[in-house]
Amino acid sequence: MTKSELIERLASKQTHLMQKDVELAVKLVLDQISNALARKDRVEIRGFGSFALHHRPARVGRNPKTGEPVHIPPKSVPHFKPGKEMRERVNANAQARAAEGKVL
Amino acid sequence: MALTKAELAEALFEELGLNKREAKEFVDMFFEDIRERLEAGAEVKLSGFGNFELRSKNQRPGRNPKTGEEIPISARRVVTFRPGQKLRLRVEIDAGR
Repeated sequence: MTKSELIERLASKQTHLMQKDVELAVKLVLDQISNALARKDRVEIRGFGSFALHHRPARVGRNPKTGEPVHIPPKSVPHFKPGKEMRERVNANAQARAAEGKVL
Repeated sequence: MALTKAELAEALFEELGLNKREAKEFVDMFFEDIRERLEAGAEVKLSGFGNFELRSKNQRPGRNPKTGEEIPISARRVVTFRPGQKLRLRVEIDAGR
């Protein structure tokens, strides 16, 4: 599913919101999450998961062409940890399918 | 301070003028829809933000960290998130030090 498909799906469920509003709302939610991470905040969505930054320390890398050592500065990367309900639902369905597959 | 569904609904109310009930419903539906697609086995690609992908893990040996007892971790399907270039750059630049 892509962002535009998500917008269409939500618009078809949210009958009282115009497609345009749904589009803006989807953008706003994603921007809010990105902004929170950019200011080093965590994002916690119960039953879905949490977003937080993981820190990567500075290290000495190498230019693969010349073999020359290069200093790589420390950086933060976004990390998502699925919540309990997400983990269970995604896995339950896979288990059910696997079981069906075995029966067939 | 962590961002939660309440603050997301508040932002929809303040910035887009949805009423409070609509805003709360929208936030719930937004996350529920993504979860539904993942549950159905579809990956979710949100350009500029990142992709939620599914991985099948084989059974592997594990250990109860409290008792040290060995217990196998069963085969399972898990969700992983790959942040998009735009989000990675923002976070790296704004919060990189």
